[in-house]
Amino acid sequence: MKEPLVFLSNVSFQYDSQERPALNGINLEVHEGEWLAIVGHNGSGKSTLARLLNGLHYPKEGTIAISGIQLTEETVWDVRRQIGMVFQNPDNQFVGTTVQDDVAFGLENNGIPADVMAERVVDALNKVNMASFLDQEPHHLSGGQKQRVAIAGVIALRPAIIILDEATSMLDPRGREEVIDTMMKLQDQEKITVISITHDLEEAAKADRIIVMNKGEIYREGTPEEIFQMDEELVELGLDIPFPVKISKQLREKGINLSRHYLTEEELVAELWTSHSKM
Amino acid sequence: MMEKMIIGRYVPAESVLHRMDPRSKLIIVFLFVAVVFLANNLWTYLILLGYTLLMAALSRIPARFLIAGLKPVLFLVLFTFFLHLFLTKEGEVILEIGWLSIYEEGIRQGIFISLRFFLLILITSLLTLTTTPIEITDGLEILLGPLKKVNFPVHELALMMSISLRFIPTLMDETDKIMKAQTARGVEYSSGPIKERMKAIVPLLIPLFISSFKRAEELAVAMEARGYKGGEGRTKYRQLQWKNTDTMMILLLLAVTALLIVFRG
Repeated sequence: MKEPLVFLSNVSFQYDSQERPALNGINLEVHEGEWLAIVGHNGSGKSTLARLLNGLHYPKEGTIAISGIQLTEETVWDVRRQIGMVFQNPDNQFVGTTVQDDVAFGLENNGIPADVMAERVVDALNKVNMASFLDQEPHHLSGGQKQRVAIAGVIALRPAIIILDEATSMLDPRGREEVIDTMMKLQDQEKITVISITHDLEEAAKADRIIVMNKGEIYREGTPEEIFQMDEELVELGLDIPFPVKISKQLREKGINLSRHYLTEEELVAELWTSHSKM
Repeated sequence: MMEKMIIGRYVPAESVLHRMDPRSKLIIVFLFVAVVFLANNLWTYLILLGYTLLMAALSRIPARFLIAGLKPVLFLVLFTFFLHLFLTKEGEVILEIGWLSIYEEGIRQGIFISLRFFLLILITSLLTLTTTPIEITDGLEILLGPLKKVNFPVHELALMMSISLRFIPTLMDETDKIMKAQTARGVEYSSGPIKERMKAIVPLLIPLFISSFKRAEELAVAMEARGYKGGEGRTKYRQLQWKNTDTMMILLLLAVTALLIVFRG
């Protein structure tokens, strides 16, 4: 088996101002090309985990290695080149005055020559379907468009991993869909590893693997199907079960035999409208 | 709200001035500010006026934009005129109304000084009307580059400027939103005595400040995550290009300067 891209061993972290550790003995491996969702309610430590991966904080205990490089204050800039991050608020991460300036910002920071930059900016914007907005100013863009520009800014640097830190939580449903579709395409075509930190289980349902965090510890780990079996347990952890999962559970309680747990609306609808002909 | 901020707003058009390098435009404006003081008689002022009007024509900016840009400072121009008109007591008395007497030199000074003022404002508004703020920032960053040697934070200053420019519309929107939210809670912004209206500004400014600080913090984290570590080793995406027209325009101003030196009294 290949070496994991992200490797965390017994990582703990505590904010100076807090009494309880934000993270406690986390062991985690992320493999190349996978989509990992980290879910948990507010204060479960999921955002802290993202910040540790990018060297915005350093663990009090344990080690973090990204692509085989151990994360320390000396290697942090090399690690940041491997990991791109998209944050929650679309406005507060838009640095440039226009779309192309913003995409170029990360490239400028890394000292990429101007002619290479011009190519990469256009290329990155093409990948997120924003190439026609080159000269637009941020206040003329929707939230979803701004987040796609943020993704372009990240992929222009050709990272191995993209972390979405609640990147869709401030968007309307359409913006959310735009961002998730873009990321799924990138994961598929560019073989980018995605770590999505979210409290939206519907978004997490699209992942290959889900990690449920609670009180700074990994509570459960598994495929979306496995995680959604937890049902009431998830609700107790402050998470909201996706609508199709709820419906299929209630249908089963009513004695309607569905073949399995459905994670997306399309799957459930397809099962329901073909169910009669199968009987 | 944005519509009122016409002073110095960029007006896109296809013109020689628009295509010029921001560096040469900045140099010209700085030079002009100094050169204006060379003029001291009718001929020299006419030369300056001619030069300024030529530039205005070359900019292809509709006159209404230029006039709109001048309006806010019209008061200052008139104030300068009257100040000189009434307070200069040289030459022959032209008019005497009671205790007020207007001297010949007063009229001359009044016209010249306010004309000087008018020309300065016109030239600087031509700069901001034909150059995007971000181009001005880039130009300034390069022109001030040598100051880095004496540890002047040129890059940081330019970055601050461009981030401020980027956040102006965002903060405007936010102000608007907070205003509506406070209006819904019964705060009056558009009527009532001045004192009350001034008081109403406080519940507008405090939320705006708090959210701005929060934005600043998040922006700093996002910038760090994207590999920002100061100006060292950074490349520039926007490349400025010095063209022949830039050199020619500077030579033109130098020629005007030479003429002024010859004709000044």
